[in-house]
Amino acid sequence: MEAAQTNYIGSIGLKPSMGEVIEMMASAPATETTKTKFECRDVEVFYSDKRALHGINMDVPDSGVTALIGPSGCGKSTFLRVFNRMNDTIPNARVAGQILMDGQDIYSKDIDPVLLRARVGMVFQKPNPFPKSIYDNVAYGPRIHGLALRKNDLDNIVEKSLVRAGLWNEVKDRLKEPGTGLSGGQQQRLVIARAIAVSPEVILMDEPASALDPIATAKLEELIDELKEKYCILIVTHSMAQAARVSQKTAFFHLGDLVEYDDTQTIFTNPKDQRTQDYITGRTG
Amino acid sequence: MQHFLTPEIMTCAFLIVGVVTAFLYGRGLATSRAQLTADSAGAHSLPSYHGYFSAWTVALLAIGVIALWVTFSGALPKFMFPTMMLGAIALGFIIINRLLTPTFRARNHVERFVGDALMICSGVAVLTTFGIVLSLVFESLRFFDQVPILDFLTGLNWSPQTALREDQIGQSGSFGAVPIFAGTFMITAVAIFIAGPIGLLIAVYLSEYANKRTRATVKPLVEILAGIPTIVYGFFALLTVGPAIRNFAEGFGLSVPTQSAIAAGSVMGVMIIPFISSLSDDVINAVPQTLRDGSLALGATKSETMTKVIFPAALPGIIGAFLLAVSRAIGETMIVVMAAGRAANLTGNPFEAVTTVTVQIVSLLTGDQEFDSAKTLAAFALGLVLFVFTLVLNVIALLIVRKYRERYE
Repeated sequence: MEAAQTNYIGSIGLKPSMGEVIEMMASAPATETTKTKFECRDVEVFYSDKRALHGINMDVPDSGVTALIGPSGCGKSTFLRVFNRMNDTIPNARVAGQILMDGQDIYSKDIDPVLLRARVGMVFQKPNPFPKSIYDNVAYGPRIHGLALRKNDLDNIVEKSLVRAGLWNEVKDRLKEPGTGLSGGQQQRLVIARAIAVSPEVILMDEPASALDPIATAKLEELIDELKEKYCILIVTHSMAQAARVSQKTAFFHLGDLVEYDDTQTIFTNPKDQRTQDYITGRTG
Repeated sequence: MQHFLTPEIMTCAFLIVGVVTAFLYGRGLATSRAQLTADSAGAHSLPSYHGYFSAWTVALLAIGVIALWVTFSGALPKFMFPTMMLGAIALGFIIINRLLTPTFRARNHVERFVGDALMICSGVAVLTTFGIVLSLVFESLRFFDQVPILDFLTGLNWSPQTALREDQIGQSGSFGAVPIFAGTFMITAVAIFIAGPIGLLIAVYLSEYANKRTRATVKPLVEILAGIPTIVYGFFALLTVGPAIRNFAEGFGLSVPTQSAIAAGSVMGVMIIPFISSLSDDVINAVPQTLRDGSLALGATKSETMTKVIFPAALPGIIGAFLLAVSRAIGETMIVVMAAGRAANLTGNPFEAVTTVTVQIVSLLTGDQEFDSAKTLAAFALGLVLFVFTLVLNVIALLIVRKYRERYE
């Protein structure tokens, strides 16, 4: 499925193919080292008695895009939901270990998950605009967090967010129309605008392009590329070409273990673990 | 033994034995004939389909005989009935014997039989509805011959006692139904006022806050409320709630009758709580989980998510649930007969006794009646109004619910 999509993107010339990307990266200079945003120490997630993640240790850099790849059921989405404590909303889910965000444990008693989620935004697999107008979708977060005191401020936030999400020009004349009436790709950019509107520090993306066609995917990847200047982005993806195109760091998960975590370039050109190599060359997964 | 073997019982026995035998015969025939042909896999349908086809054929012929008998039974001697049945079964077997070859498309015929049978069943329900409506309409027309329709729909005075004997005086009868409609609406309003908020909050709790185990326990328990016989609610309203309200009001120096709109309405409200809670719970659950996740991931609390995202998304369905509950409340009879009163007061005070459409129909039709007096026929007119009203409410509710469903599929 993913392979087919990848080849398709490559063959219609929208984006460089997997091989080309890797060649390009091999010649590009290595990404500079930056500050750490998240430190994960022995993170385990249990669903009832089932252990979905087996002690993950991983540092997520402050800037750039970090991709989480791996076969279905490897725990990458579970891991992503650790960062904004969305696993809390699943009954019987339990997280063990430590996740430090800027040095502070986000699972400590002092942290209110509701406030944490305002700092760590999330974009889901399926576009999920609320059945409200485009404007109200974007204004939802600022309203509940009281970010805008006057209508004017709110208008500004909405416009700025839509501009940043690359959707403003397409929707500026129909902000009162329902967000659910947009195309899939527009909806996904709308929910990104919705996430941006509360000024998060981090944006988590859970397979954001899996429900989109190749053209909308290309647009979304361009957007991710722009957003990484301002936000720390973690993206789960099934498409290895996508991981290679948009990310600077890549973590490969397999059966609940973090197998390998390195610069994206290294992972795709010179993986150290046999399992990683098998996965990225398409022998497993 | 002799009197058990009436022609009717014999006919039934023939019918059952005939259909079962036809099934076995058809299946056996198909099996043996398929084996006779060189390539047994060449048979079009499985033997059991030949069996079903045979059973259907005999059953249809038998039904034809019964229909004939019902129509002409007066003209024929009784022993003809089983005889005709036997003849029909024999005819069926002849047809089966002719038709069942390996190439016979028994499966397709059986499928068509099944489809037709299902259609006839639904047809029965639809025709019954039409029948009821027609009888209501015609009887109401007879009523409106005696009482002008405008007097009925706009008159403010309801006292349907007409003279039973010529020499009675002061019993002219007056059929202004407005006080009755007003009473019905007031009791319904009280019921919805109670059931609406409680039912809705139960739904919110069950769908968003309760854990799985609590939900699995509480939801059926709430639904039991809908299963309690209404007569039980009725005497509960009359013997417990009514006196309680009266005593309570007496504490304030007010005089409230035991039978009052508030007593009947509040008990009815309890009864329709499950209609609102169950249906609302279903529509709230039908709101996609991704919307909840989206809202929570933006840092909204559970209650913000509920009031700002889930509730607006589920609103059309919830309105549908309310309308269905209203139509249930309007048609409810037993509680109001016992607890609301019979006097047709035109009042806006829920602490007074009022009467409802259903109560009046009951009191018009119980006791000694002539069936063509205006008093009796008035019941049909009231029933028609009631029916039209609940029908309209149901249609609106279904339209709203359907519109809501289309949104997410």
